Amino acid sequence: MTLSRTVNTAAPEQKKGQEGKLSNPDRLELYYYMRLARECDDAILRLYRQGKVVGGAYTGNGNEATAVGSAYALEKHDYLFPMHRDLGAHLVKGESVRNIFLQQLARGNSLTRGRDGTGHYADPSLHIYGNVSHLGAMIPMAVGVALALKMRKEDSVVMNYIGDGGSNVGEFHEGLNMAAVMQLPFILIIENNQFAYSTPIRRQFAAQKLSDRASGYGIPGVTIDGTSVSLVYETCMKAVDRARRGGGPTLIESVTMRMHGHSASDDASYVPEGMIEEWRKKDPIDRLEKILLADHLLTGEAQKKIEERIRAEVDDAVAFATGSAYPPGEDAGKGVYAP
Amino acid sequence: MPVLTYIDAISRGMWEEMERDPAVFLIGEDIGAYGGAFKATKGFQEHFGPERVIDSVLSEAAIIGAATGAALAGMRPIAEMQFADFVTCAFNQLVTNASKIYYRWGIPVPMVVRLPSGGYIHGGPYHSASTEAWFAHVPGLKVVAPSTPSDAKGLIKAAVRDNNPVMFFEFKYLYRRVKGEVTDGDITVPIGKGDVKREGGDVTIITYGSTVHFSLEASEIISKEDGIETKVVDLRTLLPLDRDLIIDAVRATGRALVVHEDTLTGGVGGEVAALIAEHAFQYLDAPVKRVGALDAPVPFAPTLEAAHLPDTARIVQALRDLIRY
Repeated sequence: MTLSRTVNTAAPEQKKGQEGKLSNPDRLELYYYMRLARECDDAILRLYRQGKVVGGAYTGNGNEATAVGSAYALEKHDYLFPMHRDLGAHLVKGESVRNIFLQQLARGNSLTRGRDGTGHYADPSLHIYGNVSHLGAMIPMAVGVALALKMRKEDSVVMNYIGDGGSNVGEFHEGLNMAAVMQLPFILIIENNQFAYSTPIRRQFAAQKLSDRASGYGIPGVTIDGTSVSLVYETCMKAVDRARRGGGPTLIESVTMRMHGHSASDDASYVPEGMIEEWRKKDPIDRLEKILLADHLLTGEAQKKIEERIRAEVDDAVAFATGSAYPPGEDAGKGVYAP
Repeated sequence: MPVLTYIDAISRGMWEEMERDPAVFLIGEDIGAYGGAFKATKGFQEHFGPERVIDSVLSEAAIIGAATGAALAGMRPIAEMQFADFVTCAFNQLVTNASKIYYRWGIPVPMVVRLPSGGYIHGGPYHSASTEAWFAHVPGLKVVAPSTPSDAKGLIKAAVRDNNPVMFFEFKYLYRRVKGEVTDGDITVPIGKGDVKREGGDVTIITYGSTVHFSLEASEIISKEDGIETKVVDLRTLLPLDRDLIIDAVRATGRALVVHEDTLTGGVGGEVAALIAEHAFQYLDAPVKRVGALDAPVPFAPTLEAAHLPDTARIVQALRDLIRY
C-alpha cells in the first residue's frame, strides 16, 4: 500500500461518520490525552513562572493532535523516539504524569535521577526514548533500534519525530537513507510548526513540502494537516502497518503551528501579526471537541468527568514532584560507566 | 601458541566473540563480501551471513547511530570506521548520544568502534590521523589502543564484552609488520590496565600503540650504547588511564618520557604529564619530557611524513637529554 502524496493541509473539519477506524471510546480517549497534554504544559508554564522549573519550559501547544494521534497508532511493544513538543505521545505510550513533572523539576526520583531534564528521559519498560537537544542526532539511533528489531525478526516498529528545523541536519539524511536502503520498520514524522526557534520555514528549506524529500529516498511521503487528530492517526496507522509488514519506512510531514514561543523565555515577537489568531481557529483540541459535541459523545457530564480526572492527575503530579528532593550533589560523578 | 599478525589477532578476537554471542554483529563500509579495506573481516560474511556482517551505506553517522540504537536494544555491535580519520563524520553520534546514555538513562550501550589509525603509511592528511585524544576527553567512552597481537586480541574481546561504548584504536602501521604469539581461545585483556613491556630502573617511557615499538627499539639502543635501562609502560587503555601504573613506575625511576604518535598539544601525553606532576613531582630528577608528532596535519610526501612523525632516533635523543639533565 502506498500512501497518498496529496497535500492535505486544509483538510475539511471531520464530520460524523468520517472518523475512519476510530471507535467512539477511542475518540474520547484521544480527547482526554490531548487535554491532558495541554493541561500538563499549562501547569509546567505556571511552575516556570513561579521559578520552580529547572531550566527552560517547552510546550507542545498546537501540536497535541500530531503527538497524540501518531502515538495512538502504536502498539505497546512499539518504540517511541519523541521530541520536545510531543508530551501527548509520551502520555499515550503510558508515561505517568508524575514522571513528567519529576523530570521538569529535576528531582532525584525522576527517571533520569536529575541528570537530564524535560522529556530527555528514557523509560525502557514503555519503549520510550526521549530526545537529546540535537534533535536530528536521534534519527540514526532510532534507525539502529529498527535495525535490531529487523535482525531479531521482531514485530515492532520505531516511530521517531523531528522538527522543520531539525530536518535540515545531515543526520536526517543519513538515518532516513539507511532506513530506506535496509527497509527498516521506521516512521519519521516531521512536525512542521512553521518556526525553528525564531527562523520561519521559508528560511529553513526551499522544498514545497518536506514530504517531497521522501521520493529522494525511494520511500512514501505524505503531508497532512497536523491539527486533525483522526487524520494524523489514520495516516500513521497506514505507515505503521506498512513498516510492520516489512514495507520499510514512511516520511510524514504533519503541518501545525507552534502556538507558544520556542521556550517560555521566548515572547515569539517575530511571529507575524495575525498568524497565531488564524491558527487558533484550527486549534486541535477545539476541532475534536466540536466533532465530539456534534456526535453527542461529549455530554456535559462526560466532559466534566474528563476535566476532573485531568485536574486530579496534574495536581497530584505537581504536589508529588514539588515535594520530592533534588538528587544529592555527591552523585554528580557517579554512574558514568555501566558495570 | 600460534604466531599471528596484529590484524589477524583482531580478526580472530572478533570471530571468537561472534561465535560465542549471537548478539554480536558487524556493521561498516565494504566489510562484507569485500572483507574490509584492510581485510580484517575477510571471510566473516561467508561464515556468519549478511545479517550479522552488514555492508552499510557510506554513512559514518548512520553507522555509529545505528550501532548505538542497536546496542540500546540489546545487541552488541562492532562498527568499523574505514579509517580513524572518518570518525569526524560520526562525532555527534558518539559524543552526544553514545557516551551520555548510561549516565542519563542508566541503560548500557555495549558497542565497539574500530578505528584503523595513524600514519607511517604515506596516507596523507586524511588517511593517517591519530584521533584518540578527542575521545579520551569524553566521559562515558572508553578508549583502548593495543600495541601487540596478544593485547589486540585480548582487548577486542574485552571491548565486545564491555557494557560501554569502546573506541578501539588499531594501528595500520602495525597491521602486518608486527607478529607475536597469541593464546588460542578465550583470553581477554582488562580495559583500564596498562602493561610493562620492558623492565628497567633508569627512565620510564610511557607510550601506547605504534610508538611502543619505536620506544622498545630506542631502549635497546640506549641500553647497548649508554648502559641506560628503561622501563617501557604500554598504556593499552587511554580512558580510563592506569594511573597507579604510571605513578608507581615514575616514582621508581625518577625520570619520565611520554611518547605518542599523535600531535603533542592537547594529546593524551599532556594528561599523563599532569598526572606525574600531581602525584610524583617530588620523585623526579628531571622535568617530564614528551615526544610526539609536530602540531600539523600528517603530510603526504615521505620526507615530510618522516619529519612529522616520531621515530626511534628522536626517542633515543630525548632519552639522552633526559639522562643528562
